[in-house]
Amino acid sequence: MPWDRNQMAARAALELEDGTYVNLGIGIPTLVPNFIPEGVNVTLQSENGMLGMGPFPYEGDEDPDLINAGKQTITELPSTVYFDSAQSFGMIRGGKIAAAILGAMEVAENGDLANWMIPGKLVKGMGGAMDLVAGVGRVVVVMDHTNKHGDSKVLKACTLPLTGTGVVNRIITNLGVLDVVEGGLKILELADGVTEAQMRDATEATIVD
Amino acid sequence: MKKIYGSAAEALDGLLSDGMLIAAGGFGLCGIPELLIDAIVADGVKDLTVASNNAGVDGFGLGKLLETRQIKKMMSSYVGENAEFMRQYLSGELELEFNPQGTLAERMRSGGCGIPGFYTKTGVGTQIAEGKEHKDFNGETYILEEGIFADLAIVKAWKADETGNAIFRKTARNFNPPAAMCGKICVMEVEEIVPVGTLDPDSIHLPGIYVHRLIQGAHEKRIEKVTTRAKEA
Repeated sequence: MPWDRNQMAARAALELEDGTYVNLGIGIPTLVPNFIPEGVNVTLQSENGMLGMGPFPYEGDEDPDLINAGKQTITELPSTVYFDSAQSFGMIRGGKIAAAILGAMEVAENGDLANWMIPGKLVKGMGGAMDLVAGVGRVVVVMDHTNKHGDSKVLKACTLPLTGTGVVNRIITNLGVLDVVEGGLKILELADGVTEAQMRDATEATIVD
Repeated sequence: MKKIYGSAAEALDGLLSDGMLIAAGGFGLCGIPELLIDAIVADGVKDLTVASNNAGVDGFGLGKLLETRQIKKMMSSYVGENAEFMRQYLSGELELEFNPQGTLAERMRSGGCGIPGFYTKTGVGTQIAEGKEHKDFNGETYILEEGIFADLAIVKAWKADETGNAIFRKTARNFNPPAAMCGKICVMEVEEIVPVGTLDPDSIHLPGIYVHRLIQGAHEKRIEKVTTRAKEA
């Protein structure tokens, strides 16, 4: 059985190193905090101007002045600090954020990432994604391996407008885990019950041994 | 010089002109200058270029200025919450200059600091980089982005003293300080104006030198996405 959204998030949580500052994108990455292993302390950055993001508030405790980058109401922690958007992206651009875990529409074997626009159809904008992938230490993509038509999202070259070039380090999908290496992608793990043949079949990108 | 005005309309008197560039604070609907936006709607000034991270939602925030067709061009990073925006953009009625979020914030901050341009790695190799100067530093490629010098900044803070020294609350700070800084004139709305001496000088987020006109008013502070968790039994 391929991994479900929670299992993908749980696998992504293993990427987090104790004592680091990290940024989580919208979608499956928002589930990652539920699976951070015991003993691993990470500080979550929300790029709208906060370090130390807490969980969603209890009903009735929502504060319109306290939201995350997905515009959802959240809470603060005792260690929370707020700052403005210029400083927030200063710490991103300045390489202070160890890792970002993001969703994607397409990833290519050279680490190119497309996750912000489908020309003529979906024109929402890149938000902070271009700044994040250019600035953080390590970029981990979490996404389904194929789209709803069954086409691979792990490609030789992206077809959609890029968010960044050569920026992705690791890809976690419902089928397993791949690393971007010299010459293509290397299979690191397979989801329970997924065969290497299935992984290769669902991957358009070059797989190197 | 007296900075305090009686209403948003009074505070904007003489500042609005067709075709001007306005920088607006706020992220989503959080920390937006809702009173000043309403006053700009009422004024009817048109062909505006607005630098703002988002474009509000249908019927609230900058969405109101889109409905009245007063905006000619937006400079934003994310506009996905606004159906009217999408309609006007896809039909060619509205110009849109996408800016990566951090680039937009830094363009405002830089403009406010008298810096006309800066190099950044953000967007290299993407369509954002097209037509921009590329330059290598220490073996890495960067693109030139320009500071924003706005004709007017409209921002929202939590409290300010009578001289405009301001503090923000939680994530409502967001783009407000950089937007305020990049305006030739900055008009700020706050929830409460307090007497000089009541704010801790060590805890001011935005010095009053950036704030030219100030109003106090009640804010709706609409929440875009209410998300909660269940109380454990």
